Amino acid sequence: MKRYKQRVAFRDHAAEAALFTRRAIVGFLFVIALVGLLLTNLYNIQVNDHAAYQTRSNDNRIRLIPVAPNRGLIYDRHGKLLADNRPVYSLEVIPEQAGDLDAQLDAISTFFPLSADRLEQVRQRLRVSRRFKAQTVIPQLSETDVAAFSVNQHRFPGFYVEAGLERFYPHGASLTHLLGYVARINNNDQIRIEQEGERARYAASRNIGKQGIERFYERTLHGEPGMQEVEVNNRGRIVRTVNAAPTEAGQDLQLTLDLGLQQHAERLIAGRRGAIVAMDPRDGGILAMVSSPSYDPNLFVSGISSNDYSRLLNDNNRPLINRATQGQYAPASTVKPHLALLGLEKGHVTPKTKIWDPGWWQIPGVDRRYRDWKRWGHGWVDLNKAIAQSCDPYFYELAYNTGINDISAFMYEFGFGQGTGVDILEESSGNMPTRDWKQIRYKEPWYIGDTISVGIGQGYWTATPLQLALSTTILANSGRRFVPHFLKALSVEEQLEEQLPQERPPLELERPESWQHIQQAMYLTAHRPGGSGYRQFNDAPYKSAVKTGTGQVFGLAEDADYDDEEVAEHLRDNALFVGYAPFDDPQIVIAIVLENAGWGGANAGPVARALFDYHLDPDYIAPWDRVDELVEETE
Amino acid sequence: MSEIARRQPNIWMRLHLDLPLLCGLLLLMGYGLLVLYSASGESEAMLERQLVRASLGFLVMFVLAQFNPEIYRRWALPIFLVGIALLVMVSLFGETNKGAQRWLNLGFMEFQPSELMKLAFPIMMAWYISQFPLPPKKRYLLGGALILLIPTLLIASQPDLGTSILVASSGVFVLFLSGMSWAVVGVCVAAVLAFLPVLWFFLMKDYQRTRVMTLLDPEKDPLGAGYHIIQSKIAIGSGGIEGKGWLQGTQSQLDFLPERHTDFIFAVLGEEFGFIGIILLLALYLFIIGRGLVIASRAQTAFSRLLAGSLILTFFVYIFVNIGMVSGLLPVVGVPLPLVSYGGTSMLTLMASFGILMAIHTHRRFISR
Repeated sequence: MKRYKQRVAFRDHAAEAALFTRRAIVGFLFVIALVGLLLTNLYNIQVNDHAAYQTRSNDNRIRLIPVAPNRGLIYDRHGKLLADNRPVYSLEVIPEQAGDLDAQLDAISTFFPLSADRLEQVRQRLRVSRRFKAQTVIPQLSETDVAAFSVNQHRFPGFYVEAGLERFYPHGASLTHLLGYVARINNNDQIRIEQEGERARYAASRNIGKQGIERFYERTLHGEPGMQEVEVNNRGRIVRTVNAAPTEAGQDLQLTLDLGLQQHAERLIAGRRGAIVAMDPRDGGILAMVSSPSYDPNLFVSGISSNDYSRLLNDNNRPLINRATQGQYAPASTVKPHLALLGLEKGHVTPKTKIWDPGWWQIPGVDRRYRDWKRWGHGWVDLNKAIAQSCDPYFYELAYNTGINDISAFMYEFGFGQGTGVDILEESSGNMPTRDWKQIRYKEPWYIGDTISVGIGQGYWTATPLQLALSTTILANSGRRFVPHFLKALSVEEQLEEQLPQERPPLELERPESWQHIQQAMYLTAHRPGGSGYRQFNDAPYKSAVKTGTGQVFGLAEDADYDDEEVAEHLRDNALFVGYAPFDDPQIVIAIVLENAGWGGANAGPVARALFDYHLDPDYIAPWDRVDELVEETE
Repeated sequence: MSEIARRQPNIWMRLHLDLPLLCGLLLLMGYGLLVLYSASGESEAMLERQLVRASLGFLVMFVLAQFNPEIYRRWALPIFLVGIALLVMVSLFGETNKGAQRWLNLGFMEFQPSELMKLAFPIMMAWYISQFPLPPKKRYLLGGALILLIPTLLIASQPDLGTSILVASSGVFVLFLSGMSWAVVGVCVAAVLAFLPVLWFFLMKDYQRTRVMTLLDPEKDPLGAGYHIIQSKIAIGSGGIEGKGWLQGTQSQLDFLPERHTDFIFAVLGEEFGFIGIILLLALYLFIIGRGLVIASRAQTAFSRLLAGSLILTFFVYIFVNIGMVSGLLPVVGVPLPLVSYGGTSMLTLMASFGILMAIHTHRRFISR
């Protein structure tokens, strides 16, 4: 310490202070120099390179986002909504923000009841998806769910609720086979979209029409996407919209369909396998098209679960098939009027021609007997009786005299053996056999016996219910031919614009009076005692023309598999019906096929009568309502 | 003290506060809070917490300003030894956080001994050097250098490069201000340059090397190592001369800018207030530094001078390293923008050093030594 004191005494404080001040100034100059360096660098960044950084800043935050257009709505002929767009909320997650995703998903699944199956599906998808891209966890949340989740959202980082519009079919299974449905765009759809150069239009769309009207009018219904210029944050979440080019909604469709008639028809054959087609013969518009059983199209909209799908696929009643356009049935006696017309046209018979029916018919010189459905025969049979009572031998002989070539060619004119051109793509052409067809298909020549079977609408001849309806329409119209269709009107700038029906050149006969002879015979079927439709149709407040049929089972569809255990039931006859009303001014044509239902007149007839009544009789009361009245009266 | 009061009835001197420095600090903090409000995404909670810290900081400054610098001088060695002991304890039983061992769990709070060293070390160095006639002889300089190595290496090994740079600088500044000859300064600079390769190949960790590489070419890994610096430069550059306006910075408001309320808050300022805002900030800093150097020059003892000078120049090191890093001149080192970045520890340490500056300025004797 002593030494220190001594030393302190020798210190030159003034010099030290001056030295310090000099050093402090040097230090300050050094500070100034370094600040200058900072400022020079900052000036370079902020002023000289400003434009470049400005661009990069905008690139960071501005994104162009395509916006899906609202899909056009679909209405029935009376303006009732058949396909709606419904606001839906879905639970989405951005994996990157969710932290421990597995734990979060477990937590979510206790919050929302989420099946293990579904949970596994989500996990699988999340494993392969990009981490910063939103993925749907739950496609549909109720508003209660949304409210409950919003309160608890802080517990689930990375999860959020997204609102959007989704297709909804308010009438469920009633219209599935004709409306079809929309569902998620899959790989095949994507490839098709790319090939058609439509990628930009579908950039924001999640769903596409898969069946029926939704598929056929996809371009019309879809609309034009909009563009949104949005500001996003570093996680790509949209913060605000800077600019937007509006979307153009798809066009609304009005169908020729009558929802009431459709639902009535559906209810009349509920629980049975079969199809009904009702058409307006004045323009070919389809009033009703039922295929039973059906299924709920809403299942497909947000992605059907594999369980539900395999249940539909493995259902023995084959609900996925549209029986009205894809079911191929032996037309049976329903085509006898057409065959008779051909006989008249070719001069093989006249309205007066009578043959003797002992209950069977033989090819001349051959022993084999072709039976009439009535074992003891119809006795003397003319054209009217042959059609009204569906006398088989009359048509055996007629077919024998006409030959398959003429039959095929003529029936082709009625639309058999080819697509009808209806505006849904799920359609089979049925089969109108020819000699060549059999040679190619079976490597066998055409036998005369084949012609005899075709003569009563059996054998190789198959037709869809829609073809039956179309051919009956041509009969009712005396040869005028419309293309069957669903489209009635399209919305153009908020206005519904009626679409003209497509018409093919009429079927001209050399003896046009033959039309009246056949129509008269069908009229008598409904209105003369002994006619196969007399019991069902004679007391109606309008006149009708009908033909019943009872088809031997040939096949449900070309690809139908026969289950051994089911064969017994499947061997029962199909009940068929075609007809139109009112007789003088046809407004409705109906074709019905009820699979394995038995006798056509007794089984399909009452269904047709109820539909005619529904359409034409203002005082009509549905059978189920009448039963209620009776019960009330007796009480 | 009573004599001062009689002869200079200045309220500020009696409170032991320096008015210009106080004004500079208040303006700077007000500006900082404005930027922080924007950088925090308009979080009032964060603003409140920062305000509490700032108030606490001013309290610490006020309390430390009341002590006579002689007291700091007398306690220099003990405080330093305690600090070293704590640093050793940290490396033995410290809490590990984000891969670095810096915190000491005291049971009731987490404590960072390296922060204490930011004050204790310049006090120690100033005390050590001021014992000798200045300019100091070479052997004393060497002694100083050896003392300098102890805390610097202890902190660098945590690893906490930012703090070790700050601590080492505070020591170097004491030596520089004491008047060491320019020849020695030259030798030292040469030695440091020679040491750099050793640092690079043997002492730096991989992530630190990556940071330096990134500085040279940030675009090489724009979404990884280069992301911070690229986004920060985009923020500053897109601000232009006038800036995008308060709360209008897209880089910061939309979260493109990482750590925007802590180490990268300068980029928010650059984006929203532009080059003009940056000049304003640097002007405030320069004013505070200038005033600090004036206080140092007017100090009456060698110890006070050296301590004040070292503290204020270290303050500048914060500024230079932080802005240099945010604007892409220096590698990313965890140094906050002083008195502006969100965070408590550095704020308290800095305000404590300003308290010491004010103590030096306001405790005057009449006969200069």
